[in-house]
Amino acid sequence: MKYFLLIYQNEPALEAARQADRDQVHAAYGAYTEALQKAGILRGGDALERSSIATTVRVANGKTQVLNGPYAETREQLGGYYLIDVPDLDTALSWAARCPGASHGAIEVRPLRPM
Amino acid sequence: MREGGGPASDAAERVARGSYGKLVAFLAQRTRNVAAAEDALADAFAAALADWPRSGVPDKPEAWLLTVARRKLIDAGRRARRRDEAADDLRRVAEELEAAAASASEIPDHRLALMFACAHPAIEAGIRAPLMLQVILGFDAATIASAFLVAPQTMGQRLVRAKHKIAQAGIPFRLPERAELGERLDAVLEAIYATFAEGWTDPAGTEARRRNLAEEGIWLGRLVASLLPEEPEALGLLALMLHAEARRGARRDAEGDYVPLAAQDPALWDAALIGEAETLLAQASARQSIGRYQLEAAVQSAHAVRRRTGRTDWAAIAQLYDALWQLTASPVVALNRAIALAETESPAAGLAALAALGDDPRLKEYQPYWAARAGLLARKGDIAAAEDAYVMAIGLESDPAVRRFLQRRRAALRDAR
Repeated sequence: MKYFLLIYQNEPALEAARQADRDQVHAAYGAYTEALQKAGILRGGDALERSSIATTVRVANGKTQVLNGPYAETREQLGGYYLIDVPDLDTALSWAARCPGASHGAIEVRPLRPM
Repeated sequence: MREGGGPASDAAERVARGSYGKLVAFLAQRTRNVAAAEDALADAFAAALADWPRSGVPDKPEAWLLTVARRKLIDAGRRARRRDEAADDLRRVAEELEAAAASASEIPDHRLALMFACAHPAIEAGIRAPLMLQVILGFDAATIASAFLVAPQTMGQRLVRAKHKIAQAGIPFRLPERAELGERLDAVLEAIYATFAEGWTDPAGTEARRRNLAEEGIWLGRLVASLLPEEPEALGLLALMLHAEARRGARRDAEGDYVPLAAQDPALWDAALIGEAETLLAQASARQSIGRYQLEAAVQSAHAVRRRTGRTDWAAIAQLYDALWQLTASPVVALNRAIALAETESPAAGLAALAALGDDPRLKEYQPYWAARAGLLARKGDIAAAEDAYVMAIGLESDPAVRRFLQRRRAALRDAR
């Protein structure tokens, strides 16, 4: 089954972090990505620009609204994702726990709806 | 029944926890239904945890709890009025409870029988430890789910299914016959060790829930060892857990960073726990029936030797892992045997032993395998391969402190180049 690992992180805390700590997290993500690849389960993944760069669009009553910023202003924002293909939820959860983001923010594990 | 605060509620919780499994076992033996026993007791324990911190723990806490549970059973009996058989059943149990609560003697302790039911071969192996945590210690499904890294809803369903199975398959609440005791006891000990090991993966104790698991594992181990003092493996398991627990304080430095066993200061190890473990191990070996847990405890004992002599007894450790390998053929044992070999012979010998394991799929995603490989490659001077192995170890680790430690090791390699 395919699962998204959606990485939610505290942006202000990340930006306030020391460069050395940021480098450490960055390197940890590199190692994590490689472990996913070696396990043969990685199907995709990217990091996102911070949420203040986002623009939100909606059409209500035929009128287009364009708003600055993310869809929801919350302390923890979506910062990236991995798409993995594993046999079951338990396996997905064990990989989510290894994601460096799990020890800074939270990982939402969402199965893809089969088409 | 996990929440709380303040010394009064801590005391109340301690008493309640000590009684919980006993009362579930007592009720379940009569109703043959673990879920019904838990339901009847849930309100009683909620009332106790609300009442006791205020008015003090009663003289006979178990009788107090049974009286409340009895009322609950009578209510359930009324609701089930039309289903006469069920109502009769509940009434009968309620009467027995009244008699038990009124009698001066202790409530009989059937917890061991309940543990054997939880670890019955008909129950799926993976759910045995969670089931024990729930029915003996009263953990809720969400707490257990977090500790075992399973979705809470899934854990809840698995627990419910397992209890159904106990009721419907007629799994007995009794000690197994002598002939099958050994094998059945293995399953009980394995579940207890699984509980301890889950707690052990959070050595800093930053997550209260997990830290509790190590303590609860030891608590269950003490319970089994006290109820089956003639069983060397029960004593061996307790010795193993106490040896590991003795080093908890030394596994993190002042900054909260990970300290591997070889770099730990033995002065920080808990001498009292080590002493207790050694006594248990001596008692176990007097029975002259060797087993997995005694051997693993003996490995820990050979590490603990460093506290007295300043040197780890690697020769003994290599021999003990040989014996364990004969017994279990576990890839994790083989990994540890290779690490011991690297100490008694050479890093190259350790690496050769590791290479023989390289194809085992069970080790491919096992962080300690990659960390061991990286360490040995580095000692042999194969820096590039060591770096690659560290990358895998870092990617597979979920504890941030251990991850930082591995990253520093890798960075040190690069700086030395």
